[in-house]
Formats: sequence, C-alpha cells, structure tokens
Amino acid sequence: MTRPLLRTNGLCKSFGGIVATDHVELDILPGIIHAIIGPNGAGKTTLIAQISGALKPDAGQIEFNGHDITSLSSSRRAQLGLARSFQVTSVFMPMTVLENVMLAVQGADGHSYRFWRPVHKDSEMLEKSMGYLQQVGLADRARHLAAEISHGEQRQLEISMALAMKPRLLLLDEPMAGMGLEESSRMIRFLAKLREQTTILLIEHDMDAVFSLADTLSVLVHGSVIATGTVKNIRANPEVQRAYLGEEHA
Amino acid sequence: MTAWFPSSISGRCYCVLLVLLAVAPWIFQWTDQPFLLDLLSRGLILAIAATSLNLIMGYGGMVSLGHAAFIGIGAYCVGIPAYYDLYNGWFHLGLTIVVSAVFALLAGAVSLRTRGVYFIMITLAFSQMVYFAFVSLEEYGGDDGLVIYLRSEFPDFLTMQGPVALYYWIFATLLLTLFLVHRLVRARFGRVIAGAKHNEQRMQSLGFDTYRYRLTCYVISGVTCGLAGMLLGNFTGFISPEMMSWIRSGELIFMVVMGGSGFLFGPLVGTGAFVILEQYLPEFMKFLNPSWLEYWHLPFGLLLVLLVLFGKGGIHGMLSKLDSRTRQSDR
Ligand SMILES: Nc1ncnc2c1ncn2[C@@H]1O[C@H](COP(=O)(O)OP(=O)(O)O)[C@@H](O)[C@H]1O
Ligand SMILES: [Mg+2]
Repeated sequence: MTRPLLRTNGLCKSFGGIVATDHVELDILPGIIHAIIGPNGAGKTTLIAQISGALKPDAGQIEFNGHDITSLSSSRRAQLGLARSFQVTSVFMPMTVLENVMLAVQGADGHSYRFWRPVHKDSEMLEKSMGYLQQVGLADRARHLAAEISHGEQRQLEISMALAMKPRLLLLDEPMAGMGLEESSRMIRFLAKLREQTTILLIEHDMDAVFSLADTLSVLVHGSVIATGTVKNIRANPEVQRAYLGEEHA
Repeated sequence: MTAWFPSSISGRCYCVLLVLLAVAPWIFQWTDQPFLLDLLSRGLILAIAATSLNLIMGYGGMVSLGHAAFIGIGAYCVGIPAYYDLYNGWFHLGLTIVVSAVFALLAGAVSLRTRGVYFIMITLAFSQMVYFAFVSLEEYGGDDGLVIYLRSEFPDFLTMQGPVALYYWIFATLLLTLFLVHRLVRARFGRVIAGAKHNEQRMQSLGFDTYRYRLTCYVISGVTCGLAGMLLGNFTGFISPEMMSWIRSGELIFMVVMGGSGFLFGPLVGTGAFVILEQYLPEFMKFLNPSWLEYWHLPFGLLLVLLVLFGKGGIHGMLSKLDSRTRQSDR
C-alpha cells in the first residue's frame, strides 16, 4: 500500500461552542485528486487552514510526507511543499499580475535575503513567472494590476501562484467560486491536467466538477468525515445521501 | 528607468534638486549665507532619518512612533566617547552602527510581534525607555544634555572639520541612503517587504517567514537612522535626550507623509518643506502682525493636516499628477 502524502490524526478545532473540526482522520494518497464536499459551514475551510498552518488545531496531529508538521508555521509548511489557494481571493491587489507570480516563484526559490539585484532584471525569474501565467492562460494580463482583472482571472492568478511554489500537495479551497460557466469548465479541464504534476486536495461546491475530477471523495458534515471513498461509492452511500446529497435535492 | 536622465517631471525635479544640493555650499559661500548652509545641513540630516523611516513605514507598512530614538542613540555614540576624549571617527561610526543595530533588534523583535496601533504604541514605549534612560544618566548631563567640543576625527580626505566638509559628509550619507533604499526595495528582499505590507498571511502561505524579513528591514532602517544621529551630534555639537522625544518621532512621520510615503524622494522633499515652514512661517506671521508670532503653530498644523488629507501621496503625489496630466496631453 502506498504511504499517504498527508495524514490527519484526530484533528479537532472549535470556535467557542461551534465544533468546526471533529476528530478528523484523513489520508491523502499521492498523485490523486482528493475532494472534500460538505454543506456550508461544515468546516472545510477550517480544515484547510489547519493543514496549511494558518490555524492551530485544538488537538490531533498532521503528518506530511511522514513527518509531523503540527507545530510548524505556515511558512515552513509552504517551504516543505504545501501550497494553498484561498476561498476568498487573496492576491496582492496593488501589484501587477506578473509581480504576484514572481513573489510565489521567489518563495519557491528558498530565502529572499538578496538585497541588491532588482527582480525586474532577473530574466530567469521573469521567464519562469511568465511560464506559470501561460499555464493558466493569463500571460496577456501580466502587466495589469491584480485589482484590475476580473474575478475569474484573479482566481486563475491564485492558482498560478500556488503552482509557482512547485507544491507536492495543492490545497484548493473552492477554486471555482464565483466563476462563470465557461471559466469553470476551463478550470475543470485545467485541474484535470494538473493531476499529473501534483497531488490535490480539492474543496468544491460544484458537484459536477467534483464528480468529474475527484479520484477520492470525503464527505464532511458538522466537522466530521462521515464517509470516504470513490465517487461511485459515495453517491451510493445512503448516509451521505441523507446527510448531504439529499439536502441538495430537497 | 534605464535612461540616465529621467523622463518624468518628478524625476527631473529630483535630479535638479540633487545637483543643487551638490553645489549648495558654493552658492552659499558666494552669497555669504553661512546660516543657510546650517539650515540645509540640518534639513539633510533629518532627510536621512526620514528616508530610513520611509523604508519601514512607506515600503513596509510599519508605522513607528519611536524612530527618533535612533537619532538620539547615534548622537550619544558620538557624545559619550567625546566625553572621555575619544574622538576617533571610525570608533564613533562603528559604535553607532553596533548600538543602533542591537537596539533595533531588541525593539523590533518585540514590537514586530504586534500590528497597527499596538506596533505604534510599543515603538513609542521603547523610545521613551531610551529617552528616560538618558534623562537619568546624570554623568552625561541628564536632562541638560552634553556638549561635544570636537567633531569625530577622520583621515584628512574624509574630514568632517569645517561646515562645508561636514555638509558633504551629510550629503554623501543621504545619497548612499537613497541609493540603498532604491536598490533594496527593488531586490528580492524589498519585494518580500512590500508583499508583507499588503497581505502578510498570503506571504506566509507562500513560504516567507515575514517576521524575520520585517525584523531585518527594521534593523537596516534603525542603523541608517542612527547614522543620521551621529551626523546630528557632530553638527549641533550639543546633544540632549530631547533629540529622541516622541515629538521628534512624530515630526519624522509628518515629513515622510508630507513628501510622499513609499516614494524614494518623498521624505527628502517632505523634510525640506517641513524645515522651511518651521523656519520661515514664524517670520511670516510676525510680518503679518507682530502679535501673531506666538501662534505660528496653528497655521503650521493646519497646513500639515490639509496636506495629509488632500495631498494624496504628499508632494511627490502632486508632482506625479503633473506627470500623468502631461502624458495625457501628449496623446
Ligand atoms: N474564525 C472563526 N471564528 C469563529 N467561528 C468560525 C471561524 N471560522 C469558521 N468558523 C465557524 O466554523 C464553522 C465552519 O466554517 P468553515 O470552515 O468556513 O466552513 P465551510 O468552509 O465548510 O463552509 C462555521 O460554523 C463557521 O461559522
Ligand atoms: Mg469555506
């Protein structure tokens, strides 16, 4: 059996009285797209935040590639190969699209204690950054401010920044949120191709997207994982239908 | 950016300004205005301090209300050795750099754990600590300060003796500081600082330990401001804790904001405007009505507030508006 790339062990997190993460056990195998679905407020974003290091769990461990990373800062985790895209677009609005990606490339290059050479004259870095923009189809927007491009393009920028970090595990929090139909289907095709490059933990509301992309599916309800399996298994699972899929059809 | 002579109006203004500053001592000598050279020397020292503050505040979003502490530290790094008849300039310089760096490291390590108003308050607290430490040091004059009888001694080709030589020390330090900031903010390091100003959490998720980068930036800024203090000690020949009171720190913030926070030449023109207003506004008020003299702070404060409120980007912002206007008419 392959060793999981990421494993959470009895992960718990509550906000006051709200239990957002309830003893979550999750194994993410390398090379696949593992999707997490669940109704609004189920604790999906909270889970991602704990895996990426933005939030500290109340209890439990997180193992990445065999190492316990529970106590590591989010920047250390990023250096180890955990990249995250945010549900609420979180790019550097006053900078250009290219500058945004360049920061991500810088992050992947190791330390940035370089005080003298201007980055805009670093042709190797410019080339690399343009490459990542091309990959998501944003090359022609490189010189625009991130604040000027459309919401869908900002989502793409978010993804290309995550890719520029050369992650081993990509955490995507509703990458299609707020996208138009055409943009969404382009993103789905893009993510499908990405599977060859990296392992993906995908949180998505759009069921069609999840069913077409995911190799493995976990269902999160009230902070706990009620089922994990293949798409076919999950669709057939009566508990899931009652708890979640049923709600959608109701 | 590549051409030697800048194409923008603001860029040309700054070019001319630097050339004027380079020849100012000659002009003042011909016109026999030693007082103006004094005023300019003091202004440029403050401009170095303001430029160093701009590095953390304008580029890094770290608003410090304690930056004048570094001016005081630099000045005392000249004054205290001088008190023991140690006038070696290299020693003064080295001491200034080491003490400023250590203080910046300590103060920064604590204050950079906080954000916004808390950061302002903690930097203020640290500078007040230094302020009161020097007030209580009776040996070095306490409240009354300390007279420095001789300037730091450097080899002949680097001498500070005489007003013109000192002026060029100041001018050269200013140029170096401007160049340093110019390179820094465009290099990888500076991009990280800029990113952390806009969205620190995102920077961390990109793998940057933002705390360390900010701390490094704070130390660089503190040492630079310490150098301004070392020059100020040599310039005034008299130092006192008053140099590092929080009012001085507040004035530095004003200079940066007036000139244009986050722009290379902002602090320089802001300091210029500040020093000129401070010097000539009282005389102007006296000219209007002799009994108004003591109220000169009123229009001064009002002007500052107006500039901050309506002059987005300060004086630099207004200059660059001219740029965009002419560019539009070009089309
Ligand atoms: N920072 C927070 N403070 C308080 N409650 C929070 C916080 N973040 C999330 N929650 C709560 O935790 C629950 C899970 O939220 P979230 O992880 O955002 O759900 P999802 O992403 O699945 O929609 C919700 O009830 C939400 O209100
Ligand atoms: Mg969410």
